Amino acid sequence: MEDYFRELAEQAPRWNFIWMYDERQQGKILSGIWMTINLSIACVIFSVIIGVVGAWMQGAKSAIVRGIVQAYIQFFRNTPPFVQLLFFYFALGQFTPAVVGEDGWTVTPIISNVGWAIIALSFFAGAFNVEIFRAGIEAVPDSTREAAESLGFSRLQTYTEVVLPLAFRVSLPALNNNLVNLVKTTTQALAIAVPELLYQARTIWSDFPSAQYPTMILVWVVYILLVGVLVFGMHRWERAMRIPGYGQ
Amino acid sequence: MKLRTSLLGLAIASVAFGASAAECTNDTWNKVMERGKIVVGVKADYKPWGYRDTNGDLVGMEIDMAKDVAAKMGVELELVPVQSSNRMQFLEAGDIDLMIATMSDRKDRREIVGIIGPNYYTSGTNVLAPKAVGLKTWEDLRGKPVCGKQGAFYNQIVEERYGAEIIAFTGNAEAKQALRDRKCIAWVYDDSSIGSDLASGEWNEFEMPLSSEDDNPWGLAVPLAEKDCVFGQFMSGMQYNWHRSGALIALEKKWGIQPTAYLEKKAERYSDWLVD
Repeated sequence: MEDYFRELAEQAPRWNFIWMYDERQQGKILSGIWMTINLSIACVIFSVIIGVVGAWMQGAKSAIVRGIVQAYIQFFRNTPPFVQLLFFYFALGQFTPAVVGEDGWTVTPIISNVGWAIIALSFFAGAFNVEIFRAGIEAVPDSTREAAESLGFSRLQTYTEVVLPLAFRVSLPALNNNLVNLVKTTTQALAIAVPELLYQARTIWSDFPSAQYPTMILVWVVYILLVGVLVFGMHRWERAMRIPGYGQ
Repeated sequence: MKLRTSLLGLAIASVAFGASAAECTNDTWNKVMERGKIVVGVKADYKPWGYRDTNGDLVGMEIDMAKDVAAKMGVELELVPVQSSNRMQFLEAGDIDLMIATMSDRKDRREIVGIIGPNYYTSGTNVLAPKAVGLKTWEDLRGKPVCGKQGAFYNQIVEERYGAEIIAFTGNAEAKQALRDRKCIAWVYDDSSIGSDLASGEWNEFEMPLSSEDDNPWGLAVPLAEKDCVFGQFMSGMQYNWHRSGALIALEKKWGIQPTAYLEKKAERYSDWLVD
């Protein structure tokens, strides 16, 4: 197998599948894929939590709380994630506490570039999720809410026990869309040197121009598979949560 | 016998010429001439070779070279900013006709784009590091975070040879900002570029403490198919004459670049082709 690709590289100078036989390059690809998966999972989880909490806060009695959520949504939805990454890492990164290294120069901020990427991308996708959940919540009939209230549920209980489970089902298709986008947006973390898949792939095809086509195809395939797994899982979930007669 | 040999030689020569004439379609050259405009890929973040001035215009030593090329061809010039990690793809895809973008002339790159000599410049690898750290040798980088730029061939060399942890950014601006923010111990790059940074007075707390390694000539490139055709031959002549006339040395001075022995040697060698 390794010999085959080594030979292929010699015969076809544009088709050097270098990560099939060079251990070092293989390590880069694998660590890149692993970082992309970690980044995606962390951002998906945090952004959904932000969405659920944000949508709940949007229905708060206090105008200040509602104003804060609105400001948050406008701030993150109206700026490009690329700009947010640079802003968080370079501008806000200045103000976080940091540990000075033994060389007396380098400082290691307590939030690394990976940390900032998770924060920035989670908040970015979270802003959309708030609106997605709001749409779901508004689809829950007032009479259902009133019924819960008359049974003695508190506002929080009504939200977690009655409204959210129903709203979640309505929101899932739109949420699905946004999470797919989020996974693809993780590539932008390369702006702040997060060693995810695209970063590693670019390193490889800069070092070995002959490996450009194979590496581009690999990145392509990996994202199709990653997003495919996510979509498959979300669809399964959607079906599992189906209530006969409600929606669909 | 003699006649036979020379006839045979003539036959071989005519076959060879015939073959190369058939191969040369000169597509790019003809396209440039037809539309009266040449599109040149240059750097936008590599002061003073190619960067944006305060008006946002692309200026620099390589832009001046591109201007000269357009003037000699009698066409208009359009500049397209490219990055280290995508410059060859731009040329391959035909988005640019010519690339003058601080590219090191490497063997594997010659298989993808048409790099022609004589090389117009050369530089080595060095680091920009804070004086406070007091780097002495390349070995001091082992296990330390070192900022770099995505697409530079020596990132890998420094990683493998000296065990530095390269954190590579997409542009020079981000990488240098990361160094200022103390996210890395040094910034690994071309010594010539670091030299101009130090001369600019904006990096007084910093130094270039190591001895340069991997001296590498820079190459401009035309599409691979045009390398041995009109365009490639023309660019080869342009570079030869830039060396011969001392134009490159003049540009070096104009842009405040530290004089390199390489250009002086080339100018001397080519100034009169009869002299050895």
